[in-house]
Amino acid sequence: MQHDEVIWDIIGNKQFCSFKVKTKSQNFCRNEYNITGLCNRSSCPLANSQYATIREEKGQCFLYMKVIERAAFPARMWEKVKLSKNYEKALEQIDENLIYWPRFIRHKCKQRFTKITQYLIRMRKLVLKRQRKLVPLSRKVEQREKRKEEKALIAAQLDNAIEKELLERLKQGTYGDIYNFPIHAFDKALQQQDEDSESESEEEDEEEDEDVGKREFVAEEEVDESDLSDFEDMNKLRTSSDEEEEEEESSEEEEEMETKGSRSKGKSPANGAMVRKKRAYVEIEYEQDTEPASKSRSTS
Amino acid sequence: KQQQQQQTQTHKKQKKNKKKTQQEEEDGAAQQTEQKPQRSEPAAASFPPTFSVSEIKNKQRRHLMFMKLKQEKRKQKMQLRKKRKKEREALGDKAPPKEVPKTIENQRVYDETTVDPDDEEVAFDEGTDEFSAYFNGLTNPKVLITTSDRPRGRTVKFCEQLATVIPNAHVYYRRGLALKRIIPQCVARDFTYLMVINEDRKVPNGLVLCHLPEGPTAHFKVSSVRLRKEMKRRGKDPTEHSPEVILNNFSTRLGHSIGRLLAALFPQNPHFVGRQVATFHNQRDFIFFRFHRYIFKNEKKVGIQELGPRFTLKLRSLQKGTFDSKFGEYEWVLKRHEMDSCRRKFQL
Repeated sequence: MQHDEVIWDIIGNKQFCSFKVKTKSQNFCRNEYNITGLCNRSSCPLANSQYATIREEKGQCFLYMKVIERAAFPARMWEKVKLSKNYEKALEQIDENLIYWPRFIRHKCKQRFTKITQYLIRMRKLVLKRQRKLVPLSRKVEQREKRKEEKALIAAQLDNAIEKELLERLKQGTYGDIYNFPIHAFDKALQQQDEDSESESEEEDEEEDEDVGKREFVAEEEVDESDLSDFEDMNKLRTSSDEEEEEEESSEEEEEMETKGSRSKGKSPANGAMVRKKRAYVEIEYEQDTEPASKSRSTS
Repeated sequence: KQQQQQQTQTHKKQKKNKKKTQQEEEDGAAQQTEQKPQRSEPAAASFPPTFSVSEIKNKQRRHLMFMKLKQEKRKQKMQLRKKRKKEREALGDKAPPKEVPKTIENQRVYDETTVDPDDEEVAFDEGTDEFSAYFNGLTNPKVLITTSDRPRGRTVKFCEQLATVIPNAHVYYRRGLALKRIIPQCVARDFTYLMVINEDRKVPNGLVLCHLPEGPTAHFKVSSVRLRKEMKRRGKDPTEHSPEVILNNFSTRLGHSIGRLLAALFPQNPHFVGRQVATFHNQRDFIFFRFHRYIFKNEKKVGIQELGPRFTLKLRSLQKGTFDSKFGEYEWVLKRHEMDSCRRKFQL
């Protein structure tokens, strides 16, 4: 004899049921034949001798039914009916098999069936979309690489490398005429200023010979002079440096210093004035070409 | 046993007095008597006791002994250096030249694919490869930057900042589209580059750089991303001028092709007025990206100020065609065992 009430009385609340999962707010039932998944009097497959469920196997849905007549034969207890793949037809099948069954079970079966079909559809769609591939990272390898990166960063000395490269480009003249830093011209100008030797005058003669015929457009109102007050050497230096520049940069495009200065007015007077000031005060002490280089190295 | 105890006591006292060498011998002797001789002892008088600091069981004592050992070593090293320095000064001009210390870069295993500057074959290859159009000035770069699905805040900011660094770059939100479908659309709209920044746990960690008209695809691992607001002493935001490009240390054939790939991101004619420079520096197979603004103080000195994001790239694979992970033809793939077998061997 099946005593559903007794069974429920025991396993429902009083004693242990191995399928029951208790949480703070709800009780769940882990029995595979449970239709709703909750632990209730009406959903417990052990405590109801007339019961039905929908279960899914490899994309196929089946209706399982249990009746009290077969309660004595556990091997044959559940009757399995394959449902059609068509949603409406399957619903009709459920209705037809569960005719005269309690409303609750019929309703829940249909609900469960609907949910199952929907998640099967979603699974099929996801397979077609792009799958995110998870690649396992080995922690050792990652740590090793991180350390290697840190050491490489230190070895790289990025700032120095970048500065060196930029200065190289300046020397090679990739910047053209934007910056009016004639290379070595200042040093040569210093030589002319400090030592009044014949070789210098000869150089100047040679330069003048070369410069004959070259047109030089000089703007009168150049700002640079106003920055430096009454420093006659400045004029001398500037004009001599101009000549030097023409001679040296003849390989590059020949443009005039003053117009260049005016074009990059925003930048170079700041630089040029600063440089010239510095030179005025400091570089007079030095007499060799290499000294300013060392000076800049020590300060940088 | 009492003898042993006494010995240990003397051991302790003498340790507190810090007479180290005596102690070592004492310890050696004590250890010999205390412990069963498990290590082979050669003839006692001629060799120093084979006693190492690691055999002391007590952690504190062991630590102290170790520190003392280190101090001794350091002292000896300093003495040696002073002696050498004195010798060098004494010799003056006749001193032997300073020895260059061995670095990983010095000891690097010579890679046979290192490019000679005058190599004709390389020059010919580069004249006819996929970037020749760019380097001959025919095409202007146009870059599309996107991310993987559902990017988080950091990645989005990173994309935006990249877009300011690279001129003519557009950021588009990836709405779950497949890359293989994006690529023909990009080609149709004249994009030259597709950059996909992959994200993991809210942090960008991968970069797929795809040169569009049938170009090579490079997959990099991205690390150490610093956004603009995290950088110290940074300048103002970069302007619209095209930056110059610096590529350092790309020496092998592979390095060359990667270098060209990265260089073609930027327009050919940089605006020198802007004074901005983007640097890709390769060091031991890590490519460091920096973005600076420079100013020439005089012809021997330049000041640089970092703007812009910074990140590190490590090449994982280079593929010949456009992005195709399944059927693509891989020119080079990072194989971990290859990298780890020899520490002096680098690929780029």
